[in-house]
Amino acid sequence: MTIAKALRLAITEEMRRDPTVICIGEDIGIPGGWGGAFTVTWGLEREFGLERIRNTPISECGLIGAAIGAALTGLRPIADFQYSDFMFCAADQLINQAPKICFMSGGRVKVPLVVRAPVGASTRGAQHAQCPEAWIVHTPGWKVAVPSTPYDAKGLLKAAVRDDNPVFVFEHKLLYGSSGARKEDNAVQVDEPVPGEDFVVPFGEAVIRRPGRDITIVATHLMLYRALQAAEQLGATGIELEVIDPRTLVPFDYNTVCESLGRTGRLMIIEEDTRRGGWGAEIVAEIAEKHGDLLKVPPARVATYDAPIAASPRMERFAVPDASRIAAAARTMLGLQ
Amino acid sequence: MTAAHLPQSGRPPPLPERAQALDLYRTMRRIREFEDRVFAYFRAGRIPGTVHQYQGQEAVAAGICGHLLRTDYVTSTHRPHGHAIAKGIPLQEMAAELFGSTLGCCRGYSGSMHMGSPEYGMPPASAIVAGGVPIAAGLGLGCRMLRPGAMVACFFGDGAFNNGAFHEGANLCAIWDLPVILVCENNFYAASTHVTLANKNPRLAERARSYGMPTETVDGNDVFAVYEATGRAAARARGGDGPTFLECLTYRRCGHSRRDQNKYRDKQEEQFWLARDPLDLARTRLLDAGVAAPSDFQAIDEATAAEVQAALDHGEQAPQPAGEDALLHVFYEESR
Repeated sequence: MTIAKALRLAITEEMRRDPTVICIGEDIGIPGGWGGAFTVTWGLEREFGLERIRNTPISECGLIGAAIGAALTGLRPIADFQYSDFMFCAADQLINQAPKICFMSGGRVKVPLVVRAPVGASTRGAQHAQCPEAWIVHTPGWKVAVPSTPYDAKGLLKAAVRDDNPVFVFEHKLLYGSSGARKEDNAVQVDEPVPGEDFVVPFGEAVIRRPGRDITIVATHLMLYRALQAAEQLGATGIELEVIDPRTLVPFDYNTVCESLGRTGRLMIIEEDTRRGGWGAEIVAEIAEKHGDLLKVPPARVATYDAPIAASPRMERFAVPDASRIAAAARTMLGLQ
Repeated sequence: MTAAHLPQSGRPPPLPERAQALDLYRTMRRIREFEDRVFAYFRAGRIPGTVHQYQGQEAVAAGICGHLLRTDYVTSTHRPHGHAIAKGIPLQEMAAELFGSTLGCCRGYSGSMHMGSPEYGMPPASAIVAGGVPIAAGLGLGCRMLRPGAMVACFFGDGAFNNGAFHEGANLCAIWDLPVILVCENNFYAASTHVTLANKNPRLAERARSYGMPTETVDGNDVFAVYEATGRAAARARGGDGPTFLECLTYRRCGHSRRDQNKYRDKQEEQFWLARDPLDLARTRLLDAGVAAPSDFQAIDEATAAEVQAALDHGEQAPQPAGEDALLHVFYEESR
């Protein structure tokens, strides 16, 4: 099962289980349409109707505000952006409203809101390419999930729907496994069987995707697969990368990372966001401040260079980390080049 | 913008029955009394922060909320005290909130500008201009899906009309036929900017009509005019006939915020509106119609003054939170 289908399965199961769950977004619930920009909600209107699969105008601020208001009445909306880049049109609702309403009420009001947003460079140019997780990670009041496998996509989205707080679920365009007209060039195929029964993936529990004794790598989404690719390449030369998928950025599972650092003593963050002020910087700073004794060498970040993403595929490939850049950084960290 | 802009209907709005009419007056009096006394506390440095007050606009909150049930919703703004009082939040809780107390309606987390209470259908007010309009659309959607017959009154000022959030939210209300009254409190000034400086066409109801919803402009200083128009809008909302844009022309008797002295206002305009105090207009109307006697108003005024002072006394003495409570409620917890 692909990630797109796993997300659709999660939404379907939650909407069947709980009549207060609704979807709200652009280009959803259009018979003959796409099911959102990346097919995740495709066909759901046939089972759930247009009141619950609610298409909106191109009004990002309006639709997130409406989802917040709906959440305040007891509905559990899943709002989606076609591209995460569009979320900045809704910045007031995402920064000033959703994550502060519970707090401003003194904890008396809950906002059970899920926002889904596709991230990642995919040869569309600077305004359909960003990985804006850090903007939300920075803002108190949000939980942030970053599923990279179909199993996690289903389990994290279901956990997000059941959470009484605003939860951002960032999904990667090249990992959806969308097919047909919505197929992505350079996509990574991450199909895996996903259990049909009810399960959630709890927030704040990282998984080690590949064990290794030399460097602790933390990576999400596309960078997770590129890190695994680099680990494979380096494995042939006897270098072992331990690759950790945090699965959620807020809350973040520092325990798993620290346990790993106890074995490796070396930390490297791989992120597709631009480097300056990214979530990786936060992880590095937190580990350095509180667990610096675990580090044998200074930590490192491999990230997209600090520039908007160019449309040219060649320039995009240069800007975004790939396996060889990750492998080179790892060798440097080990003093091998 | 003076008399020429007020709707010329040629007849005064009908009066509701006596008890309701006096209730509307009482709500206005409670707002005026609360705001005037709160202002004195601010001036004396006894209440922290800033405050955006509602003196002069009482007829809008009272007339609108006169048609709302406790289970209906309002969204409010940086100027929320009048809406909160009209929606029924107890004055003691409001006063305690202004003093930052744990007994406040938001336990000291909202202060003046984010006042609200879930028990009274008022989510924390949004102090970002127009921020509450899309939220009101969502509240309307929730009303329709979960509690048919319930409705939303969305308060905002003329300043919100030029913010994108208003237009996105208003359009959603229209295309989804949501049970919402969009209440534009046109007090002619977005902070210090006059409505004619910010709008080529300052007749906001005209512009709102283009969204495909009924609109009405009323004398927002005449509580009976607001109440009558709200009756029509509320019937549409509750009956499934969608939103209404209700422009209430009104005027601040106070500054925009705590220390503002309104030096930017036209004197003639000011004179015209300050002579039309909403409480005086209501009192005169009810006396002239023989519906109420001077003693009725005296009784309300005296009782209200005592009630408000008692609320402020309570608020000032109510317990303060611990500093470290600042870290609570970032996330919702069922037990709290």
